[in-house]
Amino acid sequence: MSTSMIDLVDVTKSYGKGLPAVSHVNLHVDKGEFVFIVGSSGSGKSTMIKLLLKELDQTSGSITVNGEQLDSMKHRKIPKYRRKLGVVFQDFRLLRDRNVYENVAFAQRVINLPTRVIRKRVPAVLQEVGLAEKYKSLPDELSGGEQQRVAIARALVNRPDLLLADEPTGNLDPKTSEEIMALLSQINRRGTTVLVVTHNREIVNAMKKRVVTMQNGVIISDEKEGEYHEA
Amino acid sequence: MRPSTIWYILKQGFINIKRNGMFSVASVMTMAVCIFLFGTFYSIVVNVNHVTKIAEAQVPVTVFFEEGTTREQIEEVSDLIRKWPEVESVTYVSPDEGWDAFSQKLFPEGSAAATLFKDENPLENSANLQITMNTIERQNALVLYLNGLDHVRSVNQARQAADTLTNFNRILYYTSVIIIVILLLIAVFLIGNTIAVGISVRKEEIGIMKYIGATDRFVRAPFLLEGIVLGAVGAAIPLAALYFLYNQTIAYIAGQFTVYSGTVEMLDVKSVFQTLGPVGLVLGVGIGLSASYLVTKKHLWV
Repeated sequence: MSTSMIDLVDVTKSYGKGLPAVSHVNLHVDKGEFVFIVGSSGSGKSTMIKLLLKELDQTSGSITVNGEQLDSMKHRKIPKYRRKLGVVFQDFRLLRDRNVYENVAFAQRVINLPTRVIRKRVPAVLQEVGLAEKYKSLPDELSGGEQQRVAIARALVNRPDLLLADEPTGNLDPKTSEEIMALLSQINRRGTTVLVVTHNREIVNAMKKRVVTMQNGVIISDEKEGEYHEA
Repeated sequence: MRPSTIWYILKQGFINIKRNGMFSVASVMTMAVCIFLFGTFYSIVVNVNHVTKIAEAQVPVTVFFEEGTTREQIEEVSDLIRKWPEVESVTYVSPDEGWDAFSQKLFPEGSAAATLFKDENPLENSANLQITMNTIERQNALVLYLNGLDHVRSVNQARQAADTLTNFNRILYYTSVIIIVILLLIAVFLIGNTIAVGISVRKEEIGIMKYIGATDRFVRAPFLLEGIVLGAVGAAIPLAALYFLYNQTIAYIAGQFTVYSGTVEMLDVKSVFQTLGPVGLVLGVGIGLSASYLVTKKHLWV
């Protein structure tokens, strides 16, 4: 059985005629790894997330995620592929008119899971992220950290093999950011591969995880227990 | 699909309609106007058709004979015509009867022209047979047959009245088709616009759904439902109104034009609505569905 979770081979993504957002990138991530992708704005890290989500198609090269070849994937196969991923965004992207429980249940509802499974799984995952008591609260009644926990719960509820987090602490204070990263670390320890895109130097340096640094669309360093070096 | 998923789609479809209240009302109104006009034109066209057929059936076919044809020979022709099952009656009109009817129609009694011919009969060789049929479909065949018979000089089909009605019907048909097509395009545009507004309001939610792994079909379903509901409501309202108005119109016409009863007999509401009802509903639902399908196809590709 393959141990590879992500394989990018000579991947380039260009928008129009300018410099490519991602240029000839090679990256291998094993199952169960925790990886930071760091870099300043415009370094190409968000494009990497979009390529992994199959929101964008690469211009050239090949991408394989959890055994799925993304280059040849047909549009109708994308939803099924995304069900194996969990995604967390900087701005949480919660449904404002629905409470915590409904926001998390929504992820199961859209993939057509039976209500009895939803009723069992949602409280369990809310317990996991420490929000069991607040299941009736609306997003606007929660702090930023709590909202991000709801987003993480939603990402986890379908038991993804890979969790992608795009600047998950971007809107949070340092203490809450630490809590969120601790939660992601805990999720990783349970076996989920976690890939975090960030430019939060303190967090990256404190975590002592693998750090892939990007600059102008190119990977300039890849360290096993690395630190965030500003380019 | 699970019942909970169906319930979710239904709920979201109705939430969309409620959220875009004004747009939904505008779409329903436009659709209602379209279907109402469609129904009105349809009712008129089928009734004119119906009246035309009755009129055609009542217009007699007249057979004129060559000079010197004897009464016996005319009777032989008459017997041949009676063998046609579609022929309802065959009446012999002698030259004198023909002239009397003609002169009474043309020259009112006492007028100078009435005395012009005195005892002469200018229609001396105009003995004819007047044939009425119980169905118009075989009239042309009969006319063809009559033209081939011995002693027959000419056959008058006298279709002028029927032709006028047919022409009127044709003009009405084309005019109504043009108006309805224009209105239907407006309805498609308005419903599409309503759906597009709904999509833009729920853009974030749709984005989340896509990232979570919702299929295009799942994302689209509530919007398609919205289009179907708008189309169905937009069709049902005018159809109900037309049903009521049609009944009223029949009753009014029956009361006002008793003299023409038999000639101006409108189709009853059931025979009009057994076609108009389903066609109107299918049209409404079809337009709603296609408008929402086109818009979701354009806006929901993530």
